[in-house]
Amino acid sequence: MHISVNVDGVTYADEVEPRLLLVHYLRERLGKTGTVVGCDTGNCGACTVHLDGHSVKSCQMFAVQANGHEVTTIEGLARDGKLHPVQQAFRSNHALQCGFCTPGMIMQAIDLLADEPDPDDETVRKGLEGNLCRCTGYQNIVRAVQDAAHRMRPGAGPKMEQHSDDHVTATQPVGGE
Amino acid sequence: MIPAEFRYLCPSTVDEAVRMLAEEGEDAKVIAGGQSLVPVLRMRLAAPTALIDIGGLTELTGVRDDGDSLLIGAMTTHYEVQRDHLIHDHALLLKLVTDTVADPQVRHRGTFGGSLCHADPAGDLLAPALALDAVMIIAGPGGRREVPASEFFVGYFETALAPDEILIDVRVPKYTGWGAHYEKLNRVAQAWSIVAVAAAVQVRDGTIAAARVGLTNVGAGPVRAVDVESALVGQPATAEAISEAALRASTGDGYKDNLARVLTGRALTAAVAG
Repeated sequence: MHISVNVDGVTYADEVEPRLLLVHYLRERLGKTGTVVGCDTGNCGACTVHLDGHSVKSCQMFAVQANGHEVTTIEGLARDGKLHPVQQAFRSNHALQCGFCTPGMIMQAIDLLADEPDPDDETVRKGLEGNLCRCTGYQNIVRAVQDAAHRMRPGAGPKMEQHSDDHVTATQPVGGE
Repeated sequence: MIPAEFRYLCPSTVDEAVRMLAEEGEDAKVIAGGQSLVPVLRMRLAAPTALIDIGGLTELTGVRDDGDSLLIGAMTTHYEVQRDHLIHDHALLLKLVTDTVADPQVRHRGTFGGSLCHADPAGDLLAPALALDAVMIIAGPGGRREVPASEFFVGYFETALAPDEILIDVRVPKYTGWGAHYEKLNRVAQAWSIVAVAAAVQVRDGTIAAARVGLTNVGAGPVRAVDVESALVGQPATAEAISEAALRASTGDGYKDNLARVLTGRALTAAVAG
């Protein structure tokens, strides 16, 4: 079947088999390997992308279902060589270890912040319910999302766009959960 | 895994979708949000010859006010149900239940009608649909027909839908001002309920005027706890009356009996409070 999909701002026209999953289309046809396949069962959320601005698991839909729609992947976030504030917050807060879940975590965190611009701890955890991380214990991920919310807060002014490696706003964890 | 091959069809109207279903025969399958069906296809638990994608039928999305009831389009997503003000005002139980369905990504794609048609006994929306006396409006080759929830869920992953029919709307009577709560027991995030209880209660002057209670995952389909409901009506909205009524929750299944009673008590307590 012929499809036309806008991915990260570029429109692609392709002939695909109906059974081709969106995640396989992104990775194997378009080379967007930033989006990863984790569990293959729809649980882990590593393959999360945005479809028309809302987060979806790209292993849970077919490429043909994205026909005529806009997809944003982790590769479409940075602007002019600068990381998206959520990417930067993950980096600054050590919110990853192996990094496999990170593309999905970041895409879902951006979705969450669109609905909840100033989420508390519980709201972040609920919002990331569909994303699994096997390294971090989630502490720094929650911290990063709240830091990103702070960075993206309206009225933060030009500082919002300032990214530097030494700007770590969160403290290190004291004890575990 | 990669699903088996299928033909993919995109109807632009309900009538066209019904025609396609008839033409493709009983091995065709309707795909709505696909959040249950795609995993099933990937595990090759099903291998339909054709998928008829009703995702483009915008006529099936949204919630309308229809006098004494709401009409919920079958393709309304969980995300939309969670944020719809008509549902919040007139069918609060559905909002509270939907808040607990799967995870945010799944709620963006998954649909109200799709969940009901999938009829997973652990699916969250079946028990409230049954308890709230929802009516399924179904399109088929012979036109439209209406089936009450009590006749729609006929067994394990089985509904009254014929192979050539499509659920298009769900009519839910208005429960304006009723308190509601969904008490769900699952062990980990994303997991299906072991048991869950959907409760809606109307309290007038401190007395329970009416009650609806539905149980999730205690049988092949949703179960309405009619004994609990009738025990509540006319009682004062007190902890004692609720505890007494909750004891009548029954599943016929060992430990789930106890769970159903405990969770019914909690659900009713929260519903009366809010």
